[in-house]
Amino acid sequence: MEFETVIGLEVHVELLTKSKIFCGCTTEFGGEVNTHCCPVCLGMPGVLPVANKKAVEYAIKAALALNCEIAEFSKFDRKNYFYPDLPKAYQISQYDLPLARKGYIEIEVDGGVKRIGINRVHLEEDAGKLVHEEGKGYSLVDLNRTGVPLIEIVSEPDIRTPEEAWLYLNKLKTILQYIEVSDCKMEEGSLRCDTNISLRPKGSDKFGTKVELKNLGSFRAVRRSLEYEERRQREILEQGGAIVQETRRWDEARGITIPLRSKEEAHDYRYFPDPDLVPIVIDREWVEELKSGLPELPDARKKRYVEEYGLPAYDAEVITASKALADFFEKCVSQYHDPKTVSNWVMSEMLGILNETGREIDEVPFEPEHLVKMLKMIDDGTISGKIAKEVFREMFDTGKDPEAIVREKGLVQISNEKELEKIAKKVIEENPKSVEDYRNGKEKAIGFLVGQVMKETRGKANPQLVNKILKELLN
Amino acid sequence: MKITIETVEHVANLARLYLSEDEKAEMAQKLNSILDYMEKLNELDTSNVPPTAHIIPVKNVFREDVVRESLPREEALRNAPEKERGFFKVPRIIED
Repeated sequence: MEFETVIGLEVHVELLTKSKIFCGCTTEFGGEVNTHCCPVCLGMPGVLPVANKKAVEYAIKAALALNCEIAEFSKFDRKNYFYPDLPKAYQISQYDLPLARKGYIEIEVDGGVKRIGINRVHLEEDAGKLVHEEGKGYSLVDLNRTGVPLIEIVSEPDIRTPEEAWLYLNKLKTILQYIEVSDCKMEEGSLRCDTNISLRPKGSDKFGTKVELKNLGSFRAVRRSLEYEERRQREILEQGGAIVQETRRWDEARGITIPLRSKEEAHDYRYFPDPDLVPIVIDREWVEELKSGLPELPDARKKRYVEEYGLPAYDAEVITASKALADFFEKCVSQYHDPKTVSNWVMSEMLGILNETGREIDEVPFEPEHLVKMLKMIDDGTISGKIAKEVFREMFDTGKDPEAIVREKGLVQISNEKELEKIAKKVIEENPKSVEDYRNGKEKAIGFLVGQVMKETRGKANPQLVNKILKELLN
Repeated sequence: MKITIETVEHVANLARLYLSEDEKAEMAQKLNSILDYMEKLNELDTSNVPPTAHIIPVKNVFREDVVRESLPREEALRNAPEKERGFFKVPRIIED
């Protein structure tokens, strides 16, 4: 039988506010244990939480960027459960009246655009961190993260392959980074993802029994765990077995999912409206104000790069995938006539070095103006394209101005005909075989001779000029 | 809906309350009388009344996103029965 995979994603994203959602403690990552806490986020009796306006606005902006409908009336609810990362024994969240509903994200699949629905976006507070040390009979709790504002983004079960899940996550991350509501760093826990996956016979409109996956530490883990789980479920179904509805944990090292044995009994959260927090009423005016403050989103920007700059769709996709990269690119293009040349340098050299060194775009130590200056030095013949790569790397290492690098390292291209003629003559003398080949009509042999001249000058010779001089000398 | 002893036990367990058999019976009876009262209220036609999420007519109370000083750690941990290296110490939570 042929099966169809059905996947849904639940993503939690920490918002980039300075203070927590219901109190004034800092949200800064990585502080000393239990030093970002106050009576409110510690859940002391008698305290009164007050919602952070910025958190609400960031959540609305995110919902707008995800094409959601913003609720005119929404409220906070208490989700009750006992767990030591939650000092109040309830999490303040939103239940039946979330901030926003019915949005979507568009991803590109097989050259076409596919829309993945978003069921809801709601606001809630983050929980603390538990530390379980090996072989100890207790756990340790750090409540610094308790009360950091989160949005939960729940997709519709519209995703059909692990690849689509990966594309959805990447697009979601790009959008949230564009609108600057979250830094989406999975390694710092500011973006977390749980998935659920089920299989059903192709053509069926009923859902199969689903399995929830947890402990997904990277986008790659999300994809791999879904691929594994898809295979596991298919094998069970093909043998006539039944899927058990359960939560499974991804074991990154072993590349498998294993059932999560949790002490928690079946969840019964007994949600009810939080009497300490008054409803949020969002009028059109507020929505419009926030909407008008949104930057150009990645899809629109990509379209503009293709139409306005004439970039290939692939280049536009790669560059707009990161706002910082696209901003860098655009600053260069505003000062340089040929966007494609800029795109080539940004995509191959710049991304190459960033990947190689594991650095982020905001760690590039030079300005867009420096890259433009370097490109102009290639254009006016000061340096060759080959030397430019060396200069570019040096710019990365030192952050220095390309002119200074070229001067200090003596990398100026040799365009002095007399000087080059001297070297060309020497190369001709030393390579009689190639000279003969060339004279016997093997045009390609000249390439070897040009290469020898480049070698003699350590790449500094102007290759077009060398070519011309060699031809003159040989003919 | 009738509250049974089982329902009381379930809810008590969720709230980490430990009730004696007598207390369970008493609780079941009291909860049932509350529900009976709700039934009485249900006799009213509320089809044109929006559900009440809050009883006070106040909305949009916010604070600005300003960081304020947190508690010194020793203060934060002062009520904790057990602590270690600045952490709250709790019975082991097994996740897998």
